[in-house]
Amino acid sequence: MAKITFIDFSGNEKTIEAENGTSLMQAAVDNIIPGIDGDCGGACACATCHVHVEASWLNRLPPKSDTERSMLDLAEGSDENSRLACQITVSDELDGLVLHTPEAQH
Amino acid sequence: MSLTQEAAARAAASIPLDEIDVADPALFQNNTMMAYFARLRKEDPVHYCAKSLHGPYWSVTRFADIMSVDTNHQVFSSESRFGGITIMDNNAAATLPMFIAMDPPKHDEQRKTVSPIVAPENLAKLEGLIRERTQAALDSLPVNEPFNWVEKVSINLTTQMLATLFGFPWEDRAKLTRWSDVATAEIGTFGIDSEEARMKEIHECAAYMMKLWNERVNSEPGPDLLSMLAHSDNTRNMSPEEFLGNMLLLIVGGNDTTRNSMSGGLLALNENPDEYRKLCANPSLIGSMVSEIIRWQTPLAHMRRTALQDTELGGKKIKKGEKVVMWYVSGNRDSDAIENADSFIIDRARPRHHLSFGFGIHRCVGNRLAELQLRILWEEVLKRWPNPMQIEVIGEPKRVFSSFVKGFEAIPVRINA
Ligand code: HEM
Ligand code: FES
Repeated sequence: MAKITFIDFSGNEKTIEAENGTSLMQAAVDNIIPGIDGDCGGACACATCHVHVEASWLNRLPPKSDTERSMLDLAEGSDENSRLACQITVSDELDGLVLHTPEAQH
Repeated sequence: MSLTQEAAARAAASIPLDEIDVADPALFQNNTMMAYFARLRKEDPVHYCAKSLHGPYWSVTRFADIMSVDTNHQVFSSESRFGGITIMDNNAAATLPMFIAMDPPKHDEQRKTVSPIVAPENLAKLEGLIRERTQAALDSLPVNEPFNWVEKVSINLTTQMLATLFGFPWEDRAKLTRWSDVATAEIGTFGIDSEEARMKEIHECAAYMMKLWNERVNSEPGPDLLSMLAHSDNTRNMSPEEFLGNMLLLIVGGNDTTRNSMSGGLLALNENPDEYRKLCANPSLIGSMVSEIIRWQTPLAHMRRTALQDTELGGKKIKKGEKVVMWYVSGNRDSDAIENADSFIIDRARPRHHLSFGFGIHRCVGNRLAELQLRILWEEVLKRWPNPMQIEVIGEPKRVFSSFVKGFEAIPVRINA
C-alpha cells in the first residue's frame, strides 16, 4: 500500500491509497484522476499516461526501458521529470510519491 | 444474419486456409470480410497469403500480435522506400516521403512539429468554430425526404474541418476531399484508372499547396497548420517532395477516417436500435460512444510494415523484406482482448482500448481531434433530433472498394421530423 498524490494542471491535489502490484496508471484511472487516459491499457504503447514526477522522487523509481524512452520522447511537453505511469508498479517504497498530471493527453 | 453474410460465412469456412486472401477489396465492398478474419484468428492467426492483387503478404489478425508488431518499429519498418504503410506497394502517392512512412529519427522530428497543433489544449480553441460549422451543416439538411448522409454530413463536415485546419481557401475546399480520395484510391475507382492519372492530380495538389506555403512563409506566423509548418525549424526546409508528402498525410489522415466514422456511427446505431435508444435516453454516453464508433468502424482496416530482419511471430518465421499487414479491423473484433467484441456497445468500460488509431510511435496524432469532431456532431444531432431512429437508414449502404480505407460512398437516410 502506498499513498500517492496527484496534482493536476490547475493545481488541484488528490491523494489516493494504491495497492501494491498495480501500476500507477491503473491506480489513477481507478480513482478518476484527471489528465490520465491510459488508452493502451498499460502496454507502453500510447503515452496517454504521461506524468511529471516530483524531482526528489526521480531516482527512487525503476529506470526507463528503451520503449518508454521513445514513447516519452514523442509525448507533448515531456522533460527529464517525465515518466509513463503504466510502467511503474506500486510498492511500499513509493509511499508519499507526488506526481503532476498534464492538461490533456493525446 | 443476412443471406450474403450466411453465404460468406459458408465460403469462409470451406475455402482452404492457404487460399484465403483477406486483402481482396471485393470482400470489403460487400462487407463479407469478417467471417474470414474470424477463421484466421481461430485457426491461423499469423497467416501467409502467397498470391494477391498486391503480391505475397503476412496477415496479423489477433489484438495481442498486432500490438507486438506495432510497438516493435526496430524490426517492423514503416519506411516508404521498403513499401510504406499500406498493402499497395506501387501506389505512387503513398511512396512520397511523409512521416507516417518514416522510421526514427526522421519520423520523430517531424511528428513533434505537427503534434502540438492537434493537441487537446489547442483543439479547445477550435471547438467553438467546429461547433458553429456543424450546426450550420445540420440546419441545412432536408427533413422527411431521402438524402445521402455520406455526402451531406460526413464529407461536408470533414472537408470544412480540413479547410479550417489548413486555413485553406473556403470556396475551393472540395479539392481537399478529392485529393484525399485520389491519394488512396484503388486503381479503377474514383475515376482514377492509372498511376499516371493519380499523379497528375497529386501534382495539382502540390502546386496549389506550394502557392499557399509561399504565402505563409512570407507572412507572420498564423494559427493554421500550414503556417506552423512554414515557420517551424524542423519543417521549414523540407524538400518539395517531403512537403507534398506531409500535406497529403494530413489531408488523408484527417479526412476519410473521420468521414467514415461519421457514416459508420449512424449505420451502427440503426443496426443496433437498443443502443440508439440508450443514447437518446442518456446523451452523456456520447463520449464513450464516439470511441466505440471508431472501434466498430475501424476506418483504416490495416497498416502495413516491412520486416527489416528475419523474425518470428506467433510461431511463424517471417523473412527479412516480407510484407506484414496488421489487420486492425480483425484485432478490434478479438474477444480475447475485448469483451463482447462482436457487439456494438456504447457504454463500454474501457472504450479507448481499441486498435483503430494504431499503437506505438506512429499512433494517430489526430486521435483527440477526430474524437472531438465526432462528439460535437452527435451532441448537435441529438439537440435537433432527440428520438431513437429519428435519423433512419432507408436503404443499402454502398461501401468503398478498398481493403485499406474502410468506408462508405453512400448511405441513404431520412430524418423523420
Ligand atoms: C477516426 C479517425 C482517425 C483514424 C481511425 C486514424 C487512424 C490512424 C492510424 C491507424 C494511424 C497509425 C499509422 C501507423 O501506425 O502506421 C494514424 C496516424 C496518423 N494520423 Fe490518424 N486517424 C484518424 C484521424 C486523424 C486526424 C483527424 C488527423 C489530422 C490531423 C490524423 C493525422 C494522422 C497523422 C499525421 C498520422 C501519422 C502519425 C505518425 O506516423 O507518427 N488522423 N492515424
Ligand atoms: S497506458 Fe499507454 S503508455 Fe501507459
